[in-house]
Amino acid sequence: MLAKLMSYFLLGLIRVLTGAQARWYGCPPKAEQRIYFANHQSHADLMMIWAALPKELRVRTRAIAARDYWTKTPFRQWLTTAVFNVIYVARDRSAEEDPLEPLFEALNHGDSIILFPEGTRGNAEEPQAFKAGLYNLALKFPGIELVLAWINNVQRVMPKGEVVPVPVLCSVTFGAPLHLQDGEERRAFLDRARQAVIALRDV
Amino acid sequence: MYQTLKNLTATEQVGALFFLVFGLLLLASIAAVLLSLREFDDAEVAEQRRSDLHNFEGVLRTSWFMVLVFWIGWLAGDWVALTLFGLVSFFALREFMTLSPTRRGDHRSLVLAFFVVLPIQYWLVGSEHFDLFTVFIPVHVFLALPVASALANDPQRFLERNAKLQWGIMVCIYGMSHVPALLLDFPDYNNKSAFLVFFLVLVVQTCMISQHLASRRLRRAPAAPNISHSFNWPSWWIGIAVGSIPGTLLAGITPFCTGPGFRDVVCRLRGRVARASGDESPQTRPWHPDLARAGCWTGSMRCVLPRPSSFIRLDGILASSPVFIAQFAPKLIAYANPWH
Repeated sequence: MLAKLMSYFLLGLIRVLTGAQARWYGCPPKAEQRIYFANHQSHADLMMIWAALPKELRVRTRAIAARDYWTKTPFRQWLTTAVFNVIYVARDRSAEEDPLEPLFEALNHGDSIILFPEGTRGNAEEPQAFKAGLYNLALKFPGIELVLAWINNVQRVMPKGEVVPVPVLCSVTFGAPLHLQDGEERRAFLDRARQAVIALRDV
Repeated sequence: MYQTLKNLTATEQVGALFFLVFGLLLLASIAAVLLSLREFDDAEVAEQRRSDLHNFEGVLRTSWFMVLVFWIGWLAGDWVALTLFGLVSFFALREFMTLSPTRRGDHRSLVLAFFVVLPIQYWLVGSEHFDLFTVFIPVHVFLALPVASALANDPQRFLERNAKLQWGIMVCIYGMSHVPALLLDFPDYNNKSAFLVFFLVLVVQTCMISQHLASRRLRRAPAAPNISHSFNWPSWWIGIAVGSIPGTLLAGITPFCTGPGFRDVVCRLRGRVARASGDESPQTRPWHPDLARAGCWTGSMRCVLPRPSSFIRLDGILASSPVFIAQFAPKLIAYANPWH
């Protein structure tokens, strides 16, 4: 109940602050299993994609969050589990198991996921190099569409280190789904994905 | 007819005015629907008509929106009206700030503008601090904000960034807050203040619409094509001339026609408002590469905004209401308190 109210509050807040405009440029919003990935500059990124998705898709779409950061306080943990129902991944590679294991589980279960392949929030004009997770997922689940998105302006709403957001209109542009080509190298694929995300900035 | 109207109470008169305006809008909307049903053999003419009609519907939508806001404000009382106009200010400033690129160092100043300056300005209006509300932003805020910016420790394009932010505040908060200021109860001008807002909005909107229509008809070369594809001097003059007609006809609903001394104030003012709305609106459009590409503010807003926004056509009001108040308020206060 409280989580539901919180989610409505956050959705309302993000709409008032940013307009939360969704531009389905390369593909329509469809109720099929997808991996969404986008540039990452602010905590509000997740909210932006979340608000951009129609309600029916939102409940089946889960974001990835770093376990160490998002379970540090009880409030953060509650927010990420009860409200956003995220998938936690470990950032340090100390554990024996594959850090992507929770993602495989969710995808096998039929959920869509939201991924920020840069791994952390950047503050440069262009996104940082993408990490290998995206490639591994594409390799393991060739049947699932990889939908790329460019989140515009969010860094102006809440730059890293600030707590009070500022109202600025933002948009999420969804591009055409990307596919792993036969025998494509890991680095080549990741760079292609990154360039495709950057290209969405100007459409 | 005139006598009947004159014998009504102030509230009934304002009600009748709303009734009239809603009726006119309804007629215009019905006409727009009927026009959209018409079919054309020639595809090119059909396309042209469709885009004309689309523009017309945009103007209608804004007019409905504004009249509804005024109506709700009038029905629900001062504080609701102030909140509504405060929200309009908020969204207008949000659009302005989207178009003028800000840097990280501006974050704190922006927080101040949205969450401190805006509420205080509307509170000043609501609590009728007339002495402070006309100077709070141009004097106090404009001196304090650069200090907040300087503390952000970012010297790059410092003056330029501050100027943009200040102008955004000037247009979107200061300008807008003068409209609900007219709705307030001035002593001895019992409940008729809605007439003042009507006067302002009607004259300005008439001016803008007629200028818009004239520029479509005349198809002259634009005076400043990089700012606006449509602005040209002949249609500007037509806008002023047409705007003066409702101004002259409606002078009776302002308090100044009771004595001959006030009549010339109204006449001068009418000229000022008409001039302001025609002349300042293209200038208040913030410049942006996107704007040049899209041709006009409206065009680019349509790309930026989630839904076709109603606020985009407020520029005329934003520019002219402070002029209106600056001319009007001292006279109004003097009129209300003879011993002032």
